[in-house]
Amino acid sequence: MIRIGYIIIGIAVLCLSSGVASALERFPPPEFESGYEFPSTTTPHPQQDIYEYIDTFVLLAALGISSYLVLKKRSRRAIFILMVFSLLYFGFWRKGCVCPIGATQNIVLSIFDHSYAVPVAIAFFFLLPLVFALFFGRVFCAAVCPLGAIQDLVLLRPVSVPNWLESGLRMFAYVYLAAAVLFAATGSAFLICRYDPFVAFFRLNGNLNVLIIGTCLLLISVFIGRPYCRFICPYGILLRQLSRLSKWRVTITPDECIQCRLCEDSCPYGAIRRPSVNWPATEYGRGKKRLAVLLVLLPILMILCGWSGSSLRKVTSRMHPTVRLAERIYLEDAGKVEDTTDASLAFRATGKETGTLYEEALNIRANFGLGGWFFGGFVGLMIGLKLITVSIWRQRTDYEAGRASCLACGRCFRYCPMERARLKKTKEAPV
Amino acid sequence: MMSENKKNINRRHFLKDGVWATCLAGLAGLGGFLLSKLKKNNTVWQIDPYVCVACGNCATYCVLEDSAVKCVQVYEICGYCDICTGYLEPEVNPPDTGAENELCPTGALKRVFVEDPYFEYNVDESLCNGCGKCVKGCTVFGNGSLFLQVRHDRCLNCNECSIAAACPSQAYKRVPANEPYLLKKMDHA
Repeated sequence: MIRIGYIIIGIAVLCLSSGVASALERFPPPEFESGYEFPSTTTPHPQQDIYEYIDTFVLLAALGISSYLVLKKRSRRAIFILMVFSLLYFGFWRKGCVCPIGATQNIVLSIFDHSYAVPVAIAFFFLLPLVFALFFGRVFCAAVCPLGAIQDLVLLRPVSVPNWLESGLRMFAYVYLAAAVLFAATGSAFLICRYDPFVAFFRLNGNLNVLIIGTCLLLISVFIGRPYCRFICPYGILLRQLSRLSKWRVTITPDECIQCRLCEDSCPYGAIRRPSVNWPATEYGRGKKRLAVLLVLLPILMILCGWSGSSLRKVTSRMHPTVRLAERIYLEDAGKVEDTTDASLAFRATGKETGTLYEEALNIRANFGLGGWFFGGFVGLMIGLKLITVSIWRQRTDYEAGRASCLACGRCFRYCPMERARLKKTKEAPV
Repeated sequence: MMSENKKNINRRHFLKDGVWATCLAGLAGLGGFLLSKLKKNNTVWQIDPYVCVACGNCATYCVLEDSAVKCVQVYEICGYCDICTGYLEPEVNPPDTGAENELCPTGALKRVFVEDPYFEYNVDESLCNGCGKCVKGCTVFGNGSLFLQVRHDRCLNCNECSIAAACPSQAYKRVPANEPYLLKKMDHA
């Protein structure tokens, strides 16, 4: 027995020294005399596909109910109950995956990678809230999104954020969206999923850094309403723009605005727009000049941002594992580093040519160079448009829920005396 | 003045309706595009065992506290060796199966006597943490019948698998959910 053992070790050492690591069946499987039968390897199946359809159906139903509650029923309490349900179902029960915010990346990847096809549920998760936004505004944010719900629940002492700060911080969301699209399109990473701050709470488990970011955001949410939705959420950007065009949207008053100013401070998300005052003539002239300058500057800004985005390709392309590997292999081959990494060892064990690896990495970097132009161009365009909208005077006679910023939470309804009159009337009517 | 004002508003409404319809058409177009290459099946994450280098990241990078990756044994490939390099620490002399000589840090690899001189090796999945120590031992010195797989009764199927992002050999793949395992095959006849 012992001798067999030594022979085995001898062969093993031989194998190791010859560097062959992948050869299979060095020892022929035995022929049993006792009638022993091979046990089979168990392969437990993934969750049933049926869940996908249930999720899609629940999403559709929740969006429908949310639209009804926001636009027709006008009840904050009902919206709140639906919001808690969504938090429990999409968040804690379904563990926060799949969500429309992350689905954006799957859609982008499927457009740029022909071999990748999006599953049915993900396509619906991405499209349904957008279609609803086109008709009813941001009803998804109001009561369906679990990430919004968890922040809304902890909002206890709302503090208002000045307008300039709000607009400035929101620019981060545009950059985040552009970056997420860039990394998804190049097949490097799903940035939104990697830094989803609340998914760790839903799973009661997760990466420590993300958990810290999530906790900080939740602490901020106690004072500043929904910081993720307002300043970070990349999908929120899409919803914002589409809800500008929505057919029906939240109105603070069910009737005519009597300009009582009672609702003025009711919105924790700073989404209530006040009636505009006429610009003084001097200001008007200056605004015109500013607008002309900004319109000329817009393309320059776009090109400048695009150029910087493109020239950052050496840094941004490192998000792709192949580029990281190629750089590492280069450093090792050039003798600039002494040690090796798991990745470089794994690559060398495959016996692939370093030349082909470098070529692949350069191709990916070139993609990042091209993508960087779009990334920067988009960010530049958005900054420019923001500056332009500041210089345009818009006529507003009543207190209104901002078309883009309103998260349709329904908090402002009760502040309106007209709403109170309506509620009183509906209460009396059936009797 | 009045009529001019009205006309202006109408033009604005017309433009807005146009943009609205374009957006809806765009979404419909995107939906159509996605439908055209839609797959009926969802995809799940799986490790290609021929690419995996058993680095140990699977044990620590999974979002689950107890990793969804476990070691599996394909018995047809196993050599049923007495001195199993997946089971015992290397250079154990004299070779005995005391706990101090076991390679598995959690004692998840169990050894059962079959007939002289063969032993069956089983993975206790409730103990296995997917560290891949036995996989390394078995692949480098043995038949490679032990290897790591994502166990789908545990996997949450995250949109971006955090182990895949940390995998040094890029062994993680999206595979169709109806064939969710990439088991090693016998390479002898």
